[in-house]
Amino acid sequence: MTSIAIMDRSHPVYQAVLLGGACAVVSLALIGGFLLTNETIAEKTMEDQLSSLNQVLPQGSYDNNPLDTMTPHEHPLLLRPAELITATKDGAITATAMQVTVAGWGGPIDMLVATQPDGEILGVRVISHKDTPGLADKIEIAKSSWITSFNGHSLTNTTEKQWAVQKDGGMFDQFTGATITPRAVVRGVHSALEIQADWQKNKPIQTTEADSE
Amino acid sequence: MNYSQLFKDGLWDNNVAMGQMLALCPLLAVTTSATNGLGMGLASMAVLLMTNTLISSLRGIISPQVRIPVLIVLIATAVTLTDMVINAWMHDLYKVLGLFIALIVTNCAIFGRAESFASKQAIVPAMADAVAMGLGFTWVLVAIGAMREVLGSGTLFANASLLLGPHFAWLETQIFATSPDILIAILPPGAFMALGFLIVIKRIIDNRVRQPADTSLVQLQS
Repeated sequence: MTSIAIMDRSHPVYQAVLLGGACAVVSLALIGGFLLTNETIAEKTMEDQLSSLNQVLPQGSYDNNPLDTMTPHEHPLLLRPAELITATKDGAITATAMQVTVAGWGGPIDMLVATQPDGEILGVRVISHKDTPGLADKIEIAKSSWITSFNGHSLTNTTEKQWAVQKDGGMFDQFTGATITPRAVVRGVHSALEIQADWQKNKPIQTTEADSE
Repeated sequence: MNYSQLFKDGLWDNNVAMGQMLALCPLLAVTTSATNGLGMGLASMAVLLMTNTLISSLRGIISPQVRIPVLIVLIATAVTLTDMVINAWMHDLYKVLGLFIALIVTNCAIFGRAESFASKQAIVPAMADAVAMGLGFTWVLVAIGAMREVLGSGTLFANASLLLGPHFAWLETQIFATSPDILIAILPPGAFMALGFLIVIKRIIDNRVRQPADTSLVQLQS
């Protein structure tokens, strides 16, 4: 009798078996797909991150895998804790990079800020943003060299007051029509420097490889 | 199965975006450039081909009462698997298309074709329907993307080589030496306007085609 019920397409048992069966098959397909692609995707994502890191860190300035050194750091002006990345060569720190996220005009702005150990900026890049194309996208290196105007600045050679856009009495250009976006970027860079300075002061005493050997 | 009618429907008469008014969410969201439109169109067509084939081949098993949840589950899985595969093995393409592939789930046209065509037809017509509808959707996306890109950034098919490979670099053209910067074309309202104009143009052409027939009718009556 049950076999008849299962054969009859209008019977509730058939519906239940069909729906359950479809979900089961589909779940298996998704598990299979995930297992097959999982590792490759992780690898590619890491390559992407490394290649954006290489835009701000000088070539050959590190021999570790900087992505393994990520540590989260809270800051009140950031949307989420910054990821601090340290680049080391022969055990000595050569540079730090902070991945910071600030609130822009149309959504979060993700940026990468790299500094020398003394806190001087090596480079800043905007990784992703949702601000107005044509107006605010001058923060992208592909559209304008504005983002390189941060190079060489630090908390010591640029005063607290100067860390703002010109409209607010600071020293960084805003662009016509867009003030909120550059303001957010300046805020993000400044926060990153504060995190770096704080970390530099409090970091655990480094045992270099040379010491431990 | 009348295949020429199938393609005429897909490309013009019953076009996904301009006839059925479906798939407007991905259409409005990604058409900031012709290249984006092309990418979205091709990705949608690939998924549509996959789901139409799958659903047509399962049409004897799927019962009418629970067809909607079963179709949704199948389509969502097809999109997710496509997303994973492209991310893993065609990663450069994924960086260009990644956003769109997830958006395909919001494309009602895929479900619409599955429900109204593939679940009632044999596999070969279902595949033909997917290609016809996919091509129709693609050309509308490219047309709207091109309109917005030319007005907003003054280029046409910018970054096409990222999507199609370096052989297609010749597609990238600078229409205006200095970009006209009609920003509204690139902003969301520009998408609605471009779609509106395109639909108006289609209606005008349709009327022109129909009119001679109408006047001859009137003459016969008089």
